[in-house]
Amino acid sequence: MLAITAIAIIVMRNILSVIMLGGIYSLVSATLFVALDAVDVAFTEAAVGAGISTVLFLSAFAVTGQHYALERKNHNVAIIAVLTTGAALVYSISDMPVFGDPAAPIHNHVAPRYIEQSAEEIGIPNIVTSVLASYRGFDTLGEVTVVFTALVAVLLLLGVNRGSRKDKP
Amino acid sequence: MSIFFDLYAYWVSILLMLAGLYIVIDHTNLFKKLIGVNIFQTSVFIFFISMGKVDGGTAPILEEGYRVFSNPLPHVLILTAIVVSIATTAVGLALVVNINQRFKSIDEQEIEKLELEEE
Repeated sequence: MLAITAIAIIVMRNILSVIMLGGIYSLVSATLFVALDAVDVAFTEAAVGAGISTVLFLSAFAVTGQHYALERKNHNVAIIAVLTTGAALVYSISDMPVFGDPAAPIHNHVAPRYIEQSAEEIGIPNIVTSVLASYRGFDTLGEVTVVFTALVAVLLLLGVNRGSRKDKP
Repeated sequence: MSIFFDLYAYWVSILLMLAGLYIVIDHTNLFKKLIGVNIFQTSVFIFFISMGKVDGGTAPILEEGYRVFSNPLPHVLILTAIVVSIATTAVGLALVVNINQRFKSIDEQEIEKLELEEE
């Protein structure tokens, strides 16, 4: 499903339908996250990826408002880059542990501690929340900093322009 | 054949990553480039989440009767990454709006032509 949507996005030329497909793509990936047991990630993706991101794209599209067909020009460069990256990734995939293997290295370091101790140490049944807000609280602080910086950048980009437009009557 | 079925989720994320990369390089329209960046990011999210999956595990919420949980750590990292990705998308779109006001175009090649004409 995801692959089909992604390929449809490659082929589609109308920008509006590409944006809508982007929203559908986010929603499909959210259902995939549910299937992979990541419910918190799934509803963040559904709200942020499918919701806010589509709204942002649509409002930017409304401001720029251009409907002409999209052109694709860099075929050869793109295909070479994609094939090179693909070959490197496929070569490295054989080193990955088997999907769903409970003995994979990722499950052997801090994860067991989070699962066994977080009920006593933090007292919240949702392990993802206790890791996010407590064990890795500094990460979340960094995330808030990034969002704040992005907000400042957006305001600068859009606000400064509005000022210069007033100068030119 | 086992490399296909055992590592199925990783193949999906590779495919999506390549699709995103292709869109970013191949398309000249800046909106579509941003959608490509989003697809690329989502492929990384899927890669992380599929690494955290445990066979027979449930969502990492403590509840009586459940013993096996998927790894919560990648979920936390990806939650952060999703929020950061929406922030970068917003900045990108603001840049696109700005470029459009300056050049009246959001196509990379047209913008290059206009820049050459100005010089």
